[in-house]
Amino acid sequence: MLRQMEGSQAVAEAVALCRPEVICAYPISPQTHIVEALSRLVTGGRLKPCEYVNVESEFAALSACIGASAAGARTYTATASQGLLYMTEALYNASGLGLPVVMTVANRAIGAPINIWNDHSDSMSQRDSGWIQLYAESNQEAVDLHVQAFALAEELSLPVMVCMDGFVLTHAFERVDLPSQEQVDAFLPPYEPRQVLDPDDPVSIGAMVGPEAFTEVRYLGHLRQLAALERIPHLAARFERGFGRACGGLVRGYRTEDADTIVLALGSVLGTLKDVADELRQDGMRIGVAGLTTFRPFPLHAVRKVLGRARRVVVLERAFSLGAGGIVAAEVRSALAGNGADVFTVVAGLGGRAVTKASLRLLLTGGPGEPLTFLDLNQDLVAGELRRAGRARRSGPPAENLLRDLAGGV
Amino acid sequence: MEHQTRIHGRGGQGVVTAAEMLSLAAFLEGRHAQAFPTFGSERTGAPVVSYCRICDRPIRVREPITTPDTVIIQDAGLLLRADLTAGLRPGGQILINSVRPAAELGVTGFTVPASEIALRHVGRPLPNAALLGGFCAVTAVLALESVHAAIRATFAGPVAERNVLAASEAYAYLKEVVRA
Repeated sequence: MLRQMEGSQAVAEAVALCRPEVICAYPISPQTHIVEALSRLVTGGRLKPCEYVNVESEFAALSACIGASAAGARTYTATASQGLLYMTEALYNASGLGLPVVMTVANRAIGAPINIWNDHSDSMSQRDSGWIQLYAESNQEAVDLHVQAFALAEELSLPVMVCMDGFVLTHAFERVDLPSQEQVDAFLPPYEPRQVLDPDDPVSIGAMVGPEAFTEVRYLGHLRQLAALERIPHLAARFERGFGRACGGLVRGYRTEDADTIVLALGSVLGTLKDVADELRQDGMRIGVAGLTTFRPFPLHAVRKVLGRARRVVVLERAFSLGAGGIVAAEVRSALAGNGADVFTVVAGLGGRAVTKASLRLLLTGGPGEPLTFLDLNQDLVAGELRRAGRARRSGPPAENLLRDLAGGV
Repeated sequence: MEHQTRIHGRGGQGVVTAAEMLSLAAFLEGRHAQAFPTFGSERTGAPVVSYCRICDRPIRVREPITTPDTVIIQDAGLLLRADLTAGLRPGGQILINSVRPAAELGVTGFTVPASEIALRHVGRPLPNAALLGGFCAVTAVLALESVHAAIRATFAGPVAERNVLAASEAYAYLKEVVRA
């Protein structure tokens, strides 16, 4: 049914349609509206049977999810930013134990300095945690990816993060086509766990594994991630047949067929990028956009295929690895190894800085540029701080210095 | 056709709800609409900005609105603080919640005593619903009935009906001004 609603409310409705049996969550901006809405659905009796567990931290939230999932329940949680970091140890346990927990990450920056706004630093920092990572372009896609995430997680016995841009999507009020319960039930059968809590047939999970088998356990985990690369396109195709709209998959091209320049990105910035690409096409530029939905596992071959014959590939990222550069770009470079395309990393939209059409147009119509650039970087602000730090050892904390400079030096 | 609206106000004045209701009214007319707030550590009394795009095609862009067709100012006191009308497109409209004429505020636009209207109908000086009625009068982008429906979908029972009355009164007030 078509509704005009907030992204968070839409995701909560979608999760409820997936009939989770246990939800354990701890609120943190910008995820809060999602778990608040789900708790209302549980207490109001609309989502049942479902146990909503109030916990005292994100670490407890995911730990309780692990217990519930290991006992055979369809399990969901959501978090963001420092909350995701606080879960880190449990993240590795959920994936290592092969538990199909589904989690929404309402993407937000990581401090210090404290910043509550959107970028991808949080989920990107957990790229090696063994979770599948899917990134939503719009609230419609966020809704649809959650339905697919439960199916994928349970088919492969792997946890899945559905990443959606905090505030930009979670707090945006827009048109969403919510599926019906019948549609979701037909797509997502009841969870058939690999193991259940059964006193008559006890199992032990979480064994200690020494050097004799640890590599093999990890290798099997890798194989399962690779299996996801096979399953995700099938699932997306089945979703399209059942729901009548395309969503998900590994990577999707937009006007890429004849493009000399392709911009690859993840998440909500793709919409703005497509508008810019349309405008630049009118100016005669052969440009396309590649939207990476699946970041983990990384779809090396699919990315190579979409980027195809482009001579210039710009990877626009909302996170980066300090001291190294682009995180996604490094993967794209390995996907394109030997094909001769120039790959540029553009770090954009950190800590909630808006990625505007005007800046993107300048970027894409400008010269070749450096291999790594930061969109709309305030060079004067940076230079001022470098001068200050060069002058005096006790130059003070940089974040506070920059804020003072921006306020006019008072 | 695309119409971009930027709403300025203070935390607690329903600035975000106003943009959401505007988008809902457009949706009810079968159009595409996208409402979103500036995201900050919202607190009562602090300046807040929200945005609403209305379009006949699906909306993909996610940048803040910098060249609005309409600027709604829920608290005229904010005019002292910053240039709230920055980027207004040629022929664009400014709608301010104030008992004073716009010229006295140093602005070319329309004013409506939305807080006073709300106080009378709703019992609280929450100007957002009244200003949306005013939006219909000065822009003709949406029908007043659509704003009424959006108000009824957002609030329950008597609160909704009182806000509907406030929207209607502000609409009638500004229709008169526009005609004059």
